[in-house]
Parts: sequence; C-alpha cells; structure tokens
Amino acid sequence: MLSKVAERVYWTARYIERVENTARLVAVYTNLLLDLPKGVNLGWYNLVALSSLESTFTDRYKVQDERNVVKFLLADEKNPVSVVSSLNILRENVRTTRDVVPVETWELINELSIFVNENSTKALNRGQRHDCLEGIIRGCQRINGLLYGTMTHDEAWDFLRLGRNLERADMTTRLLDAGCAAILQTESHEGAVNSRQIIWGNVLRSVGGEQSYRRKLRSAVQGCEVARYLLEDPQFPRTIQHCLAAIADSAAKLPRCEPVSKGIKSLQARVFKEVNYEDLGAPMREYLNSLQVEMGQLHSTFAKQWFN
Amino acid sequence: MTINWSDYSPADFYDELYSSIGNPRKPARRLVGFLKSLRDDEIEQRRQAAEASIREMGVTFTVYTEEGNIDRAWPFDIIPRTIAKKQWDKTAAGLKQRLQALNLFIDDIYHEQRILKDGVVPDYIIKQSKNFRPECVGVSPPFGVWAHICGTDLVRDKDGEFYVLEDNLRVPSGVAYMLENRAITKRVLPDLFEKIHIEPVNDYCERLFDMLSSLSPRKVKQPVVVVLTPGIYNSAYFEHAFLAQQMGAELVEGSDLVVQDDCVFMKTVAGLERVDVIYRRIDDIYLDPEVFNPDSVLGVPGLMRAWRAGNVGMANAPGAGVADDKVVYAYVPQIIRYYLDQDPIVPNVETFLCFDEKQREYVLANLDKLVVKPANESGGYGMLIGPHATKKDRTEFAELIKANPRNYIAQPTLALSTAPTLIGNHLEPRHLDLRPFVLQSSDIYVTTGGLTRVAMRKGSLVVNSSQGGGSKDTWVVDTEVNI
Repeated sequence: MLSKVAERVYWTARYIERVENTARLVAVYTNLLLDLPKGVNLGWYNLVALSSLESTFTDRYKVQDERNVVKFLLADEKNPVSVVSSLNILRENVRTTRDVVPVETWELINELSIFVNENSTKALNRGQRHDCLEGIIRGCQRINGLLYGTMTHDEAWDFLRLGRNLERADMTTRLLDAGCAAILQTESHEGAVNSRQIIWGNVLRSVGGEQSYRRKLRSAVQGCEVARYLLEDPQFPRTIQHCLAAIADSAAKLPRCEPVSKGIKSLQARVFKEVNYEDLGAPMREYLNSLQVEMGQLHSTFAKQWFN
Repeated sequence: MTINWSDYSPADFYDELYSSIGNPRKPARRLVGFLKSLRDDEIEQRRQAAEASIREMGVTFTVYTEEGNIDRAWPFDIIPRTIAKKQWDKTAAGLKQRLQALNLFIDDIYHEQRILKDGVVPDYIIKQSKNFRPECVGVSPPFGVWAHICGTDLVRDKDGEFYVLEDNLRVPSGVAYMLENRAITKRVLPDLFEKIHIEPVNDYCERLFDMLSSLSPRKVKQPVVVVLTPGIYNSAYFEHAFLAQQMGAELVEGSDLVVQDDCVFMKTVAGLERVDVIYRRIDDIYLDPEVFNPDSVLGVPGLMRAWRAGNVGMANAPGAGVADDKVVYAYVPQIIRYYLDQDPIVPNVETFLCFDEKQREYVLANLDKLVVKPANESGGYGMLIGPHATKKDRTEFAELIKANPRNYIAQPTLALSTAPTLIGNHLEPRHLDLRPFVLQSSDIYVTTGGLTRVAMRKGSLVVNSSQGGGSKDTWVVDTEVNI
C-alpha cells in the first residue's frame, strides 16, 4: 500500500474519532452544567483549554461564553480541529483514498458533511443542540459501522485501526483531565461532594462508559475508580489499556513493524507504573499530560516507519 | 408554466427525442410515454432526488476560474438522451476504424513516416506540430498502439447523421461522468429500466483494466497498474479517483513514484514496489522533468527512460497527441483510406485549413459564418464562434489567423442536435454532443453510447462543463427487442 495512502487512511480514522468525540464532549458538558448544584461555576472555556486551543480561541473571540465556545468547537472553520474543519479534512482524505475504503464511505462522509453544514448553527441554542450533536455522533457511528461491516482486513484496515485507537486514547486522557480540572474548580464550593459524583458520572458518560463501568464495578461512581477504569480496563474500547493493545495488535500486522512494536511494548510495560489514584489533583493532571506526550511520540514512530 | 410534452418543439434542429411536435422517435417512445404519465410534482421530486444523489455521491468537477471551490456539483438533466441501437452499432464500427487508423498513423510518424513520404499528408503537420515528441521517435510500444484511450466528440447535424468533431487522444476525460450519470438515472428512474431494453455501460472499467494490464512488460498474473494524477486540484481529479477505485488500481501522484535502474517503483509501507503499467492523466510535457518541462513537480524524473526501455507500459503513450491536432483531424479520412484501404464510416465535419492559402482566404472572408478553433487546444478554449462573435472579436481573430495560420482551422457552424431539457419547471430544447470512449490495445472496444454533454444556456453551442455545460444519461435503446 502506498505510504501516502496509508497516512491519509490513518488520519481519516483520527478525524472520524475526533469529530465524534468533540460532539460527545459538547453534549456531556451541556448535561453537566444542568446537573451541577446552583452556584457551582464551571466555565465553558474549560473545553477550549482541554483541547489546548486557548490562543486560537482568544484570537477570534472576546467573550468566553457558551455560545462562542460551542460555535468555536463545532462550526468555526478557522479552528483547525472544529467539527466543520475536521470534516473538511476528512473529506479530502477520503476523496484521495476512495480506492482503499468501502465505496459507500465517501457517500456517508458527504452526507455527514451536508448535515453539519445545514445544522451546526442549531447547536448554538440549547434547545436544538441535542438533535444536532446526536446527528453528528450517529453519522460517525454509521461510518465506523460501515467500515466494521464491509471493509476487508488488509493493511488499510490496520492503519485505520492505528489512527482510531491513538486518537481515542488521546481523547480519553483529555476527558479525564477535564474531570480533574472540574473537581479542582468546584472543590471550595459547599456542594463539592455532590458535584464530584456528578462530574465523574459525566466523564464516564462522555465516553459512553457509564453502563459498562457499573456492571463491572457494581458500586457507586468514584473518582479514583473511574480514573482506574478509563486507564486500565482491558475490555472497554476507549480505555488506554484497550487502545494500546489494539495499536500493538494492528502494528504487528504491518510490514517493517519491528521498531514500532518495540516502542509500543515498552510503553505498555511502564504506562501505569507511576500513576497514583489517591490524588486526582495536580499529580494526576501531570500524569495525563505525560500520557499525551507519549501518544505524540507513538505517532512520530508511525510516521517515521510508514509514512515517509 | 408546466411540463407539457405535447407542445415541445425542437424548432429547426434535429431533436434526439422528437421527430416533430407530439411525435417522439421510436427509441424514445416508452421514455416519453412514462415521463408524460408523471405529474409535475413527481418529476420535480425525481429531479431533486437526482440532485441529492449527486451531492451524496460527491460527483463533482472543478472550474479553474472559481478559486477555492474545487467541487461544484455535476450539472445533470434527468431526461435521458436516446439513440437507436442500430444506428449506434454503425457509429461504433466507425469509431473503431478511426482509432485503428490513427494508431497506425502515429506509429508511422514515429518510425518511417511513409504517409508523409507518399505525400498523403503534408509534412508541415509534423514539423510544426506542438505535440510531436522527438523523444518518442523509434519507440515501439506494445501492439503498435499509442493512443489506447480515445474520447471522440460526435455531433449530430440537421440531417441526423453523426459527425466526428474532434479526436481526443491525449488525456480525454468524462468517462466517470458517463458512468455516474447512469448510476444516478437508475436511482431516479428505476421503473424504466424494466420496461426498456437499455444497453448497459458498466463494463467500461473492467475493459479499461484489461487493456491496461495487456501493456504490462512483466508477464505476471497481477500486473501493478497505477493511475497517475496531477492531484486534487486538477479538474478531472474526481474521475482519476473514481477510475482507480473501480479498477482496484493505485491512485498515485508523481511524488509517490521513483525510477531506479530504468524501472518504475512506488513508495509503499513495505518499501519500493515495481509498477508495470501507468494510466497517466498528466500531459506529456509534465511527465518527466528530465526530458520535458524541467520545472514539473507533477511528473517523475526518469519516467521516459523507463518507458523507452520497455520497462513500464504507459497509456496513452507519450507523443500520441501528435494525432490530436485539428489539422491532422482534417486529414483523417485520407489517413483511414491510406492505412486501412477503407472508406470512413463516420464522416468528418467539413474543415478549412488556414495554412492553405485558398482555404484561408475563404475563412477570413466568412468569419461571421464559421467556427474557428486553434489546432492544439481542448476544453473549448480560444475558439471563435463567428455568428455569435462581435465584430471586434472577428477582427482580432483574423489577425491571429494571419500571424499563425498553421495553428487554426475553421468549420461551418453546425446546427447541433437538441433534446428536451428541464429548465425551471418546463421543457426547452438544448443543444448537445456525445463523447464515446474507445479503448485499443490487442483488442478494441467502444462504450455503448458515451457522455452526452448539454449546453444549458439557451441557444448556446458550448457544451464544456468548464463553461456552463451540463449532461444527460445516454441510452442506446434496442427497439427490435420486445419485452
């Protein structure tokens, strides 16, 4: 398979994942703000900080309010990772890799693009937001469903899988980080205990993992357990453990994989050694940050081995 | 106004669907009967369905003058254009004859040049040709074939006969749109495919793949075939991607290929992989910066060496464009007689060569009646349509012709045929042409029908999609078969 095509397929998967996760994030955040006790002041701007987009945002907006943040994340073409921008890049990638993904992928992506162009402004109002976000998430799920159902498990498949799981792992660290940040911000408030439960519940919900968490742990939602679950559970498809295993599995099937496989193995061996679940404040945030750096390095080894 | 099939009037032109007001031609009868049975809102609903399919299928093209907008939705009219199978079979035979003769001509030009020595075609044609490539002299591609893929532009004049307007032998485009037009029509008018015997068009990509495979220098079971594209900003990128996908070939850009030891390789995740056949959608001069335009970043250094050494097949072969020249066109009837000893089956449009003094005088004196075309342009650029031009345009063109007579030919303004087209919510006649595609290697093949292009503006004769043209599905209908 052409190096360039491999790279584009890999990014296709990353962008599909990014679009879905961004929509999930906004949906969950909207919910979270409704659930938190009155007087707890959790800003929308957290979502911008979470994606490390502070300077892009301040260049474009003065007010850090809900409307601006949601617009920035969903409908702003000047934000390179907004849903609209991601879909534009996604389309270009699929347009140039139509020969290695199922034929209908292109149609589904066009449909989703058209949907977002026609509906993204609706999401600015809370009243219609749910329908729009739901539409985006479903659109991504349809594409992934199509790929799961009809794509042959060739090299392109493994590159898709690499991209999907790397982006997922990265996003999971960011969602956990959002939880930690929210806890720190609401700590001083009198309803803090209550808020904690709500916040961690929503972190789980943002990855669609609430139900599986409960079934597995059979106990109330607790910060340290949620963090451990999202990092180390081997079965839930969005945990770091699971994503790394999928990455290792797909990488091993690709040609000339030795250096990459070696890197992944060493990461898997050490990744959870340093983590301290007792303190979900600054140390945890630092740890999550270091995980994001690891993901970035993993990407570089892919690029070096296969995309050049 | 509503859609009224009984009032539709093709005026003075040959109409593809109607022989006169209220009388559909035989191949169109069931089609018209069915469309008549639909209410206006049903027609509108199907038109919208077609539009939605086009957007969802992402059928697009690029107009260079619209910066930043690389996909305009493909303009499509849902009313198909019909052709009787009997007439089509004859035309198809003529197209095969023509391409065979043209390939013999190209091969002769790059070898002995017998046709010039025998004085059948004047040698200035080659000496002053923009598309003659000295680098190709003496090369013998497989089967002696240079132009493997030809898109011939046909028009119907008032008399209902097909005439060849142009032979596109360099990198003809449009076939993907022909295939997509059919796919769209099947979605929006499925009812008709059960009732009418419409010849299918969908074997083109397989035939193309077989033809390309036959050019492989390595006799292996699965030769590696690639489609070489200039990239997403090319107006035909959609088609390049479409064809690669349909054939299961790799779609590559120049930067994906390298030449080592006179063999072509592509850069893959497993390292370098040998390429056997290149379906190139890049013009000759950008193919290889070592030989042609040194600034080209679209091409691959060393490609010509590999091709000349016979280590890679290339379609169309470099230099094939020497026969894609409107002056050579004027001689095609003689070329057919010379090489095949046959009379041409499909006639040329009468053509005046400005290089010839007498003919030039006639052209200059009759600019208001003629269409003047540069010999080497495509896409409908740089032409003068005499009857529609201003006096100033004509004066300017007269100067151009005098300055470079070799570069111009003139043809009478044809009364291009029309077909009923949905304009707003009623029917109007619009002019159209037809581009069938012909494939040749060891074998020769013609598409059933081709791409029908429609001049969407009232009275306009310009069908190029880059200049406001649209298109229709083309049905070759077997009226002898009863279902």
